[in-house]
Amino acid sequence: MNSIITVFLKEVRENIRDRRTVLNTLLTGPLMAPVIFVLLINGIVSRELDKAEKPLPVPVIGAENAPNLVDALKQRGVIIEDPISNPEQAVREQNADLVLRIPPSYGEAWNKGEPAQVELIFDDSQRDAQGSVMRLRGIIDAYAQRTSSLRLVARGISPSITRPLVVADRDQSTAQGRGGMMFSMLPYFFILGAFIGGMALAIDTTAGERERQSLEPLFANPVARSKILLGKLGATGAFALTTLLLSIIAFSIAGQFMPTEKLGMTLSIGPHFALLTLVTMLPLVFLIASLQTLAAAFAKTFREAQTYLSLLMFVPAVPTMLMSIFPFKTETWMYAVPLVGQQVTITRLMRGEAVSSAEIALCFVSTTIAAVIVYFITARIYNGERLAIST
Amino acid sequence: MIELKSLTKAFGEVKAVDGVSFTARDGEITGLLGPNGAGKTTTLRMLYTLMRPDSGQVLVDGIDAAVDPIAVRRSLGVLPDARGLYKRLTSRENIEYFGRLQGMDEATIAARIEGLAKALDMDEIIDRRTEGFSQGQRVKTAIARALIHDPKNCILDEPTNGLDVMATRAMRDFLRHLKAEGRCVLFSSHIMQEVGALCDRIVVIAHGHVVADASPEQLREQAGTSNLEDAFVKVIGSAEGLAA
Repeated sequence: MNSIITVFLKEVRENIRDRRTVLNTLLTGPLMAPVIFVLLINGIVSRELDKAEKPLPVPVIGAENAPNLVDALKQRGVIIEDPISNPEQAVREQNADLVLRIPPSYGEAWNKGEPAQVELIFDDSQRDAQGSVMRLRGIIDAYAQRTSSLRLVARGISPSITRPLVVADRDQSTAQGRGGMMFSMLPYFFILGAFIGGMALAIDTTAGERERQSLEPLFANPVARSKILLGKLGATGAFALTTLLLSIIAFSIAGQFMPTEKLGMTLSIGPHFALLTLVTMLPLVFLIASLQTLAAAFAKTFREAQTYLSLLMFVPAVPTMLMSIFPFKTETWMYAVPLVGQQVTITRLMRGEAVSSAEIALCFVSTTIAAVIVYFITARIYNGERLAIST
Repeated sequence: MIELKSLTKAFGEVKAVDGVSFTARDGEITGLLGPNGAGKTTTLRMLYTLMRPDSGQVLVDGIDAAVDPIAVRRSLGVLPDARGLYKRLTSRENIEYFGRLQGMDEATIAARIEGLAKALDMDEIIDRRTEGFSQGQRVKTAIARALIHDPKNCILDEPTNGLDVMATRAMRDFLRHLKAEGRCVLFSSHIMQEVGALCDRIVVIAHGHVVADASPEQLREQAGTSNLEDAFVKVIGSAEGLAA
């Protein structure tokens, strides 16, 4: 036990003296995620709010063909801009979000009571333009609806005859639920924080030590290699845990500054959330530390280890991506799968949904078992005679 | 006392060590001499249990390395071929780390560092971070940490490698000092004058075999030449050994 603590303390002391490692653990790791997040959310929110209220500039070709329609558009906040010569090209090249073209035949068809056609030129793959397109279409549809009602009334027919069926929306999503969907990336940021926090030490204590040729003298001491490994894993885990803790704290603070209520969402980021997140993440931190050390043990050099570990960082992104693309129904087995369990638990906690202590226990225990298995595999690699040989 | 009995070790097809046996006694300096690639480092690595021999036996003070490798490592002080230090730690912290891993208490470690720093003339560097140390300063720190636990048996793999003339002389004096303290000193080298000047016993290894095991005088006698260098060439069997 003493030798495990000796190794642990030495690794911690040595790495605290490395400014870059400390910066990564205490600053970059924990702060990167919340900062990106606040920026992202603020951007989305202000854009959504802008879109709904701001005047909508639209280049209109052939405005003189439909003066009444143009007036109606103006009343609803559309700013009629001068026609442009090649609207298709302008839209493709993103010089304009959308262009409205009113053909010369409009007036004739309108007067005859036949469907008059206007053309809306836009690029559906431009996410930015989609809001504007929907708004303009809505305005034009409302104008058409109003006109049709007037025409029916003029003929002595109730306008309701054209509406045999009405759909009423009853959205059952809670405000937390909508927020949670948007925030389904959050668990990945926590996991990423643990990765970044432990990365430098996982490399330094294994591949780095071998490259510096200090592993062979270390192994000449009368200490079992599994104990040396435990000390090193402990130090790696401690740094990763520090990053995670700071990350959770930073998020709890950043959460106060996120204008989520403007989007009709509330987030449950409080002490309860922080505590349970920490509990579910704890074994994962050590699983990650073991995985990183295992990967670093295969590498011959510092640089090679960095490559392996950077690739390893993409692994936790997989469940996150799957879950944000396919909205899975949460099943019990998910809690038993490391990474997925944390993902599900943290997402549900954030949405303010109940996670039973049995589910948290399942997540904790299964991840712990996985961490122990990876530790034993790493210990096997550590006991191999090749590991210590620097050249 | 260190006894090696018929050690063999192969890496794939290559037999790096092929039946090496010799004994290094207490109060003597035993030199392991051989050209580069002869199997010296591999032999020593099996001795300090970094590698497991394919066959054969290692006994240190009568303890079988295959049975109790930790006890063997406790009774050995090892300066391996690889002697990297932790550059963000001071010389003293580097040595203390190994002292703690040897299970020593803090007071004993402090006292022992005091003695080693004096013997190795490293008072000036003891509290400096090892980053930027000269080769000689690095070797001194590496030796001090290897011997922190006052081991009965000292193994040094090419201890004078990369040292300048003054540092080499100091190193030789230190090896004699260890011998005078009654320790069993085993070191490897490919420099003949060094081995000739220091050793009570020379074990010559070539191509994984022991080709001679004698005192310097006996070696000269055996080869029928008064020059140790000639004797060395003769027992190896060719000048190829020297060229390496």
